Amino acid sequence: MITIENLSKIYGSQKVLNIESLNIPTGQSFGLVGNNGAGKTTLFSLLLDLIQPTTGYIINNDVQVNTSEDWKPFTSSFIDETFLIGYLTPEEYFYFIGDLRGQNKADVDALLAQYQDFFHGEILGQKKYLRDLSKGNQKKAGIVASFIGNPKVVILDEPFANLDPTTQIRLKQIIKELAEQKDVTVLVSSHDLIHVTEVCERIVVLNKGEVVKDIETSAETLKELEVFFGAESAQVVME
Amino acid sequence: MFKRFSSLQWKSFFRSSNLGKSLGIKIVMGFFGVYMLLSLAATGAGMYFILKEVFPDQSPMWSISQYFIYWILIELFLRYFMQKLPVMDIKPFLTTPVKKSTIAHYILGRSAASIYNLLTLFFVVPFAIVLLVNGYPAVNVLLWIVGIMGIILSINYVNLLVNKNDKVLIGIGSILALGYGLDYFGVFSVKEFFAPVFHALYAYPITVLIPIALAGIIYYVNFKYLRDKIYLDAKLQSKSVEANTSDMSWTKRFGEMGSFLQLDLKMIWRNKRTKSQVFISLLFVFYGLVFYTVEAYSSMMPMKAFVGVFMTGIFLSNFGQFIPAWDSSYYSMMMSQNIPMRKYLESKVILITVSVVGMFLLTIPYVYFGWEALAINFGCALYNLGVNIPVILYFGSFNKKRIELDQSPFGNMQGASATQFLVMLPVMVVPIIIFSIFYYIFNIEVAVGVLSVLGIIGFAMKNYLLGLITEQYKKKKYGMIAGFKEKAS
Repeated sequence: MITIENLSKIYGSQKVLNIESLNIPTGQSFGLVGNNGAGKTTLFSLLLDLIQPTTGYIINNDVQVNTSEDWKPFTSSFIDETFLIGYLTPEEYFYFIGDLRGQNKADVDALLAQYQDFFHGEILGQKKYLRDLSKGNQKKAGIVASFIGNPKVVILDEPFANLDPTTQIRLKQIIKELAEQKDVTVLVSSHDLIHVTEVCERIVVLNKGEVVKDIETSAETLKELEVFFGAESAQVVME
Repeated sequence: MFKRFSSLQWKSFFRSSNLGKSLGIKIVMGFFGVYMLLSLAATGAGMYFILKEVFPDQSPMWSISQYFIYWILIELFLRYFMQKLPVMDIKPFLTTPVKKSTIAHYILGRSAASIYNLLTLFFVVPFAIVLLVNGYPAVNVLLWIVGIMGIILSINYVNLLVNKNDKVLIGIGSILALGYGLDYFGVFSVKEFFAPVFHALYAYPITVLIPIALAGIIYYVNFKYLRDKIYLDAKLQSKSVEANTSDMSWTKRFGEMGSFLQLDLKMIWRNKRTKSQVFISLLFVFYGLVFYTVEAYSSMMPMKAFVGVFMTGIFLSNFGQFIPAWDSSYYSMMMSQNIPMRKYLESKVILITVSVVGMFLLTIPYVYFGWEALAINFGCALYNLGVNIPVILYFGSFNKKRIELDQSPFGNMQGASATQFLVMLPVMVVPIIIFSIFYYIFNIEVAVGVLSVLGIIGFAMKNYLLGLITEQYKKKKYGMIAGFKEKAS
């Protein structure tokens, strides 16, 4: 269970995030949508204690994120390619992350075997450092690394961007399977409304740092979101 | 078009995000630069008199011509390390109606204005002025300068063609060694052979056309080569190296720190900047020779303490001062991963400790210059281990500048800030002061003893100190993450 209370982040005079209260129950697959600058990455960075909140706090499974580090063992994430260590090969990177999360080589190998399909033969055994892989392949490596060590909370920022169509479909399958496990909470942000509505049970829309919509995903959700963002653009035209 | 390119270059420099912040550094570097240029000019002006003194029976012009071949070879050799190939972000221009030949001309033209070409001028022009003052014929001297410029430009463009080819470097190095060897052992006088060739540039002004033509030809070859290579998949693409995976399971012996240690070793070995750092550190073992062999220093004990701290602590200061900026490109991952800060720091301590011990072992042969040398180096090594490691780690927490690992370290100020200059004070100067005080009041035994005891005390308090440093790193975490995200250009 993740609880967000009275959370805000202010840079200078600009309020980039302001969430009064938000609860994400354990096991939920949670989707975050919003335009550029809506505060998606800011929220995720706060969840990972990479930036300090101006006010308020986040509690991740009974641990207050900005005062204790005890959330780290059960939380994993992939935000962007700065999460990769460029001078390692993908295998070395996976083993390193495994080491940090108390998984030995065999554990990691077993996990990687499940994602052979997702890797599409482009990640393992390539004799290439991560820095020399293409953006899409870097992303694949980063996403799979975030599954190492049975995390209870998985945070993925824009996981679908830069991926080819086949991989996008496979990733959707993977996230769905992950979300089916009752004790794993998955947080995903995306620009792509179709993808999030497909994989997430609940969708929260951020706009200029505020929660403007909080909906259980249903057959009408996509339509509702399209109407919302369509209205946004109409409004921009009016202004 | 050239004007527009230049203005873009200008903007990319002045609008780079780290310009304002590192202004302090730029000023300090500027002073160094001016100092260097002035001393170069002074050497150039003084060279006439030096040569006259050393070789009284021949004209300084002849003397300098004798050594010119070595100058050229050495410059080629050094430029391999120092000179960066001129790059411009040409990708955006590929699809615009700019002729490829214009781009090629611009890139080559800009490299002609490289600082390395100017350096030689700062030496040659004062030398020439002194020649003129001493009544050498003006036409000859002026055309001689032009000829030299032609040679310098040729060197410049040859260097571009060679394009960081290791084999050529080894070739130049061997020719240099061979030539010097032949000269030294009197087998064949390379100096005498080439002296008339270069002296001709002065004696027969018409020969000035030769270096000019040479520079022109090499420029043209470069131009043709470059023009045909302006494609995304040719010249512009950075080469990717085949990964060599190495199983470093022996690091597991260090327990939890093993994985960090392994990561650090891979980082050092697989990135240009860190790798050269190690080689530079190793070279500094010979630094002691400068001090032990020179008569003037042999009685100055504080100088020996400096050498001791420096030699055993060179890796400590070179590598340590940029902790944790070495990990800057993936620091946010490290901070959100399941990493205990303390273990992370402890692994760095092990790495530096090994380096200090290793450097001390390498300096043991200096015992040849007397037991004091060994004793001082030993005391300094202990001091480095106990006191300087915690100090440098502590100052590391002030690092907020990103380092791109795969860039060359020469003239690379990336990651440097005022902190780096400040940290050198306690690390290098304090032990020398301590040593000098106890040396002049008591004697060398006491001075070495004090340094050693301080080191041992620091070592005994290691856990406590590391705890303090860990807290400091946790406190500074957000600033570091934000700072490391800013790409330096």
